[in-house]
Amino acid sequence: MSNSRTIYDKIWDDHLVNESEDGSSLIYIDRHLIHEVTSPQAFEGLRVSNRKVRCPEKTLAVVDHNVPTTDRKNGIADEESRIQVEALAKNCKEFGIEYFNELDIRQGIVHVIGPEQGFTLPGTTIMCGDSHTSTHGAFGALAMGIGTSEVEHILATQTLIQKKAKNFRINVNGSTPKDITAKDIILSIIGEIGTGGGTGSVIEYAGKAISDLSMEGRMTVCNMSIEGGARAGLIGPDEKTFAYMKDKPRSPKGDDFARAIDYWDSLNTDKEAYFDREINLDAGSLPPVVTWGTSPEDVVSINGEVPDPEQMDENRRDSKKSALEYMGLKPGTKIKDINLDIVFIGSCTNGRIEDLRQVAKVVEGHHVNENLNAMIVPGSGLVKEQAISEGLDKIFMAAGFEWREPGCSMCLAMNPDKLLPGQRCASTSNRNFEGRQGFRGRTHLVSPAMAAAAAIAGHFVDIREFNK
Amino acid sequence: MEKFTNLTGVAAPLPEINVDTDKIIPKQYLKTIKRTGLGKALFSEMRYNDDGTDNEEFVLNKDKYKNAKILVAGDNFGCGSSREHAPWALLDFGIKVVISTSFADIFFGNCFKNGMLPIVLDQKEVNLLMSEAERGSNATLSVDLENQEITTSDGNIIKFKIDSFLKHCLLNGLDDIALTLEKDKNIGSYEAKIKNDRPWV
Repeated sequence: MSNSRTIYDKIWDDHLVNESEDGSSLIYIDRHLIHEVTSPQAFEGLRVSNRKVRCPEKTLAVVDHNVPTTDRKNGIADEESRIQVEALAKNCKEFGIEYFNELDIRQGIVHVIGPEQGFTLPGTTIMCGDSHTSTHGAFGALAMGIGTSEVEHILATQTLIQKKAKNFRINVNGSTPKDITAKDIILSIIGEIGTGGGTGSVIEYAGKAISDLSMEGRMTVCNMSIEGGARAGLIGPDEKTFAYMKDKPRSPKGDDFARAIDYWDSLNTDKEAYFDREINLDAGSLPPVVTWGTSPEDVVSINGEVPDPEQMDENRRDSKKSALEYMGLKPGTKIKDINLDIVFIGSCTNGRIEDLRQVAKVVEGHHVNENLNAMIVPGSGLVKEQAISEGLDKIFMAAGFEWREPGCSMCLAMNPDKLLPGQRCASTSNRNFEGRQGFRGRTHLVSPAMAAAAAIAGHFVDIREFNK
Repeated sequence: MEKFTNLTGVAAPLPEINVDTDKIIPKQYLKTIKRTGLGKALFSEMRYNDDGTDNEEFVLNKDKYKNAKILVAGDNFGCGSSREHAPWALLDFGIKVVISTSFADIFFGNCFKNGMLPIVLDQKEVNLLMSEAERGSNATLSVDLENQEITTSDGNIIKFKIDSFLKHCLLNGLDDIALTLEKDKNIGSYEAKIKNDRPWV
């Protein structure tokens, strides 16, 4: 048997604390991110069992899901949200964990701030009680979403009990055409493998179209691994990764940085490494895509139409029929004929500076369509600050967008940013599930550029034509 | 954690595929700082009408399924968010076993942390149990974890597979943090090694 290993194999091997005969393993967790929604019960568990946090310095806390995106200097009006936010502050103080509160410039969506602070490092294990933790895999880290019991387990032991997953490689070959973004790549992948396609696997994204992506684009791809069923997705670290890591507040410095690069470089998948599954996609043929249903796998080209469930496999037919009913769409409707009420730009999928630059490029000199409302929510305070320093805020406001404070916002609508029943939204977020963005709200997932163009037109348009 | 050994009860059918955790428990119920009392929130957007009354069409509102302890579900159950509130809500309602052709990984793991048993079967077997569940309260299922068997009211037996470590934890109601803390020495020596090998971490 060959000694060749994948990057996942290598990170796994380097974090193995103990292996039991039954195949369950204890792996060490280098980095732990927490937020207000999935951590209170974990801290409560520690208190009940009279346990301590083993390594408080390896956990970083931030508030993101619940915070309003309007001015919050006077506190949070919603009582339950306020209690949850206060609980995080109190728990962090009691257990000695660093915490970015809602007024801290470094506050933002947990998956935006980790990389920004250099808390996220290649070759580390990174866990968070949030399924989009896969985002951090963009740096060649093993990053996974976990439940609250596992949050408690990490706080108490700095480890997790795991079974090794399968290796699944997705090669996106060739060059991506102009105006096709990381979001179109990952939505197309999910359309291809299905929302359960990556279950039980760690996905490695490879190929020219992936290495051509910026770190921001790679984060968008890895972020939505979970929408393809994979708990983790990762990309081998390269010069772009190392350049991004340099001079981040918490990244290694001096000799340590040079040593770290050698180590990070050594983690890349060996040539002969074994993959349980491998698929290939041609980047050159990818169109801008839009979702039509209530699962991220319901993907169609901008030039396509709403499909007919009657033509689908019988196990899927009824579910897809009810999805169309929920979405208020009829088979055969052209995607470009779908009118919108709301445009949401933000989230851990597409709330970084590169996303905002793409939006600014599209909307500069235009105005948001009079029939809809459009909002932009930066992924963090630092993203917001950067956008302002580039003058993007002025472009957005001149074009009629609402320019908000950072947080998860309408991606999951736990704060006051919600769709009303029946409202239809073009969203740069990651989930089009029923009720996700608000009770009976209807979500179409798209790239930031496509969302921006739709905001101007009032309906979906082909960004390739819009930009001509 | 409570032990799981045997369970006999009514099974409710939910044939829909890709039932996500937003559907199992919508976000407005995630603002709690407790694990308990979430049963009323289970499937809330399907279960209640706009005025808050029960939607009589929804399976768990039908008299014969009000006391269901088992759910037979479509493929890829529990996909989406990592919220452990999903198994907490099922458990609080009284459902301890979910049967499907596949589960999303995080949801699957979360069940075991709460003394619940998710069972994976092939499509044919799930179809059989789905039609069994559709018979309502006249047809109960019995789940025997030790012998890894499901017995239908007609005496049909379906075997299921389960990871031996997870089975051991469920049968004995083990707290896995306590189990891991027994390995404190291993964790300590790993930490010492890393300090030397990868000091930047």
